[in-house]
Amino acid sequence: MPLASQETTVPVVVDEAKCIAEKGCTVCVEVCPLDVLRISDMSKKAYMAYDECWYCMPCEADCPTGAVTVNIPYLLK
Amino acid sequence: MTMDQITGGMSEVSCDVLVIGGGTAGPMAALKAKRKTPDATVILLEKANVKRSGAISMGMDGLNNAVIPGYATPEQYTKEITIANDGIVNQKAVYKYAESCYSIIEELDSYGIRFLKNENGDFDVKKVHHIGTYVLPMPNGETVKKALYRQLRRARLLISNRYMATRLLTGKDGRIAGAIAVNTRNAEFLVIRAKSVILCMGAAGRLGLPTSGYMYGTYENAANSGDGYAMAYHAGAGLANLESFQINPLIKDYNGPACAYVAGPFGAYTANNDGARFIECDYWSGQMMLEFFNELQSGKGPVFLKLNHLHSDTISEIEHTLHNVERPTRGNFHENRNTDYRKEMIEMHISEIGFCSGHSASGVFVDEFGRTTVPGLYAAGDMASVPHNYMLGAFTNGSIAGEDAMSYANDVDFADFDPADIAAEKERVLAPTKREDGIPANQIEYKTRRLVNDYLQPPKVTMKYELAQRRFAEVREDMENHMIARNSHELMRSLEASSIIDCADMAAHASLYRTESRWGLYHLRTDYREKNNEDWFCHTLLSKQDGVMTSETRPVDDYIVPIADDEKDLYDKQRIKISA
Ligand SMILES: Cc1cc2nc3c(=O)[nH]c(=O)nc-3n(C[C@H](O)[C@H](O)[C@H](O)COP(=O)(O)OP(=O)(O)OC[C@H]3O[C@@H](n4cnc5c(N)ncnc54)[C@H](O)[C@@H]3O)c2cc1C
Ligand code: SF4
Ligand code: SF4
Repeated sequence: MPLASQETTVPVVVDEAKCIAEKGCTVCVEVCPLDVLRISDMSKKAYMAYDECWYCMPCEADCPTGAVTVNIPYLLK
Repeated sequence: MTMDQITGGMSEVSCDVLVIGGGTAGPMAALKAKRKTPDATVILLEKANVKRSGAISMGMDGLNNAVIPGYATPEQYTKEITIANDGIVNQKAVYKYAESCYSIIEELDSYGIRFLKNENGDFDVKKVHHIGTYVLPMPNGETVKKALYRQLRRARLLISNRYMATRLLTGKDGRIAGAIAVNTRNAEFLVIRAKSVILCMGAAGRLGLPTSGYMYGTYENAANSGDGYAMAYHAGAGLANLESFQINPLIKDYNGPACAYVAGPFGAYTANNDGARFIECDYWSGQMMLEFFNELQSGKGPVFLKLNHLHSDTISEIEHTLHNVERPTRGNFHENRNTDYRKEMIEMHISEIGFCSGHSASGVFVDEFGRTTVPGLYAAGDMASVPHNYMLGAFTNGSIAGEDAMSYANDVDFADFDPADIAAEKERVLAPTKREDGIPANQIEYKTRRLVNDYLQPPKVTMKYELAQRRFAEVREDMENHMIARNSHELMRSLEASSIIDCADMAAHASLYRTESRWGLYHLRTDYREKNNEDWFCHTLLSKQDGVMTSETRPVDDYIVPIADDEKDLYDKQRIKISA
């Protein structure tokens, strides 16, 4: 069975100008209870890799540079 | 190696006490076990990261069930919880909690976790329950996880983050022998031999499907996919009263409590579309949820949390707690919709179903020391059967289980298990990674949970339940033969899908077995509308016997705190009487 993906807006956004993942920071990736954040191989910045969020906020609260924002996603809003 | 690749390697470690789940009960259990025998080895295994895992990830708004001298006695608390659970409780376990929890509050206080105190420096407890006074607010409750984590670091425990436990190992003599776990970022296996194991894996929170359309937008921390229930089941432990579902009153669309526990003591209350009270008491019980459900079904719905009659300063104080501590995205949610508590009521709704003893009474059967029916295996927190346990129950019973598990470990040697069990489990776990083509785990999960909503949500109809069992069997077959996982993250999700379908089957089986109605909405059967104390004043115990799901009754032990006849149905009288 071939697979296709369905578009979705992700709730968690990272301000790439503020993210310092390229200096070795992985705080948001480490704290997320659902393990949905990753550092991009391309941009070297954190991003939401899986749309499996609990809207709990450790990623935003613990980011040392204030780069993360957790938004209420569209279907909940 | 990049993250999420599948390696499938394997290593083995051993310890005296293994604690699985590092949310609330788990850290406390591990701490107490270690403090009891400091040179023993204690491993705390966690699917996420102990720093921010579990229901208390961001903090908590208060203790919902604190038994504090001067406000309440262990006898009063035991009585209230017995009545709230229609009499079906193991009072010894409830009483043990009630008499131990005050010392745990003092201990948490000494860790720097802040509780509300009055001018005299005494704990400022509020009344929310039907009868007694047990709610202790934590306006600075965001400190809880951090304070706990500091203690863990100090105690030099071995913490293994990002390991998901998948199955327990049992010895040839029937004792617990350890557990198998898989790393969620590289699929490395870890076999942990242990003399005793404490399960602290939280509620089964991904059983029903939230109507928002987001599978992880659940009331419970969505990492709690019922793995603990499934593992206990496959290890042969008994699970108690699973038909007493968890169903909670939440904010409509948002997956957090509206929170009458926080706002109630300030004068807020649950109201219908007239803005009028319809229930006597906002404490969560099956009976209260039934009145909530009835109101929603009547022309008087929706149901709201009403605060707009309160003074603006009071509302600011409530907002400070509700928008900052336990579910801090709540403030954003209201802001998006321009909801001002001063002007309008907050629309509420009913949550998806789940298993949870923290809020209701569905859990792995334990005695007053947290011992399950498998020797050496313990459980604490939301997944253990002590009813209405909440956060303080997780801490207190985690602590009791930690100490008892270490005493047990001190007296025994490792149990011998069959190495073939490990090979079989490795094969089961990795099966979805071996397929080229098939159904992704999220669709297996979605279908299971959609069926749970369609067929298992109360009121429970026998025919619907039987249909659900047939549909679950079909999904299970698809899962076993066609599910695919392309990286280790998807592998974790596929294992969760398997726990979820196990829980769905258990929910159906347990509910069909108890042929009466009890616990208000939690177990409301349309074909057996009445409570039947003659035949069903008992626990039900579900277990795997010779590979088959089996339910049996277990008598309720003699009470240690007697309940008078005129007190027994106090929780049945929730609805406010309309005066003519
Ligand atoms: C939104 C919300 C609000 C609440 N508000 C209050 C309140 O105000 N007052 C109150 O007293 N109680 C409250 N409660 C209840 C209270 O938080 C819980 O009863 C308590 O925290 C449960 O503790 P626990 O240790 O059983 O579960 P958790 O703290 O959820 O921990 C379970 C842990 O197990 C881990 N885990 C799961 N599966 C696996 C696996 N396979 N392998 C390894 N690890 C695994 C999870 O990642 C998690 O860290 C609230 C609960 C929620 C969800
Ligand atoms: S915590 Fe902040 S700075 Fe660090 S990786 Fe995440 S977004 Fe970047
Ligand atoms: S809000 Fe919670 S679940 Fe979502 S990305 Fe942040 S930490 Fe992870």
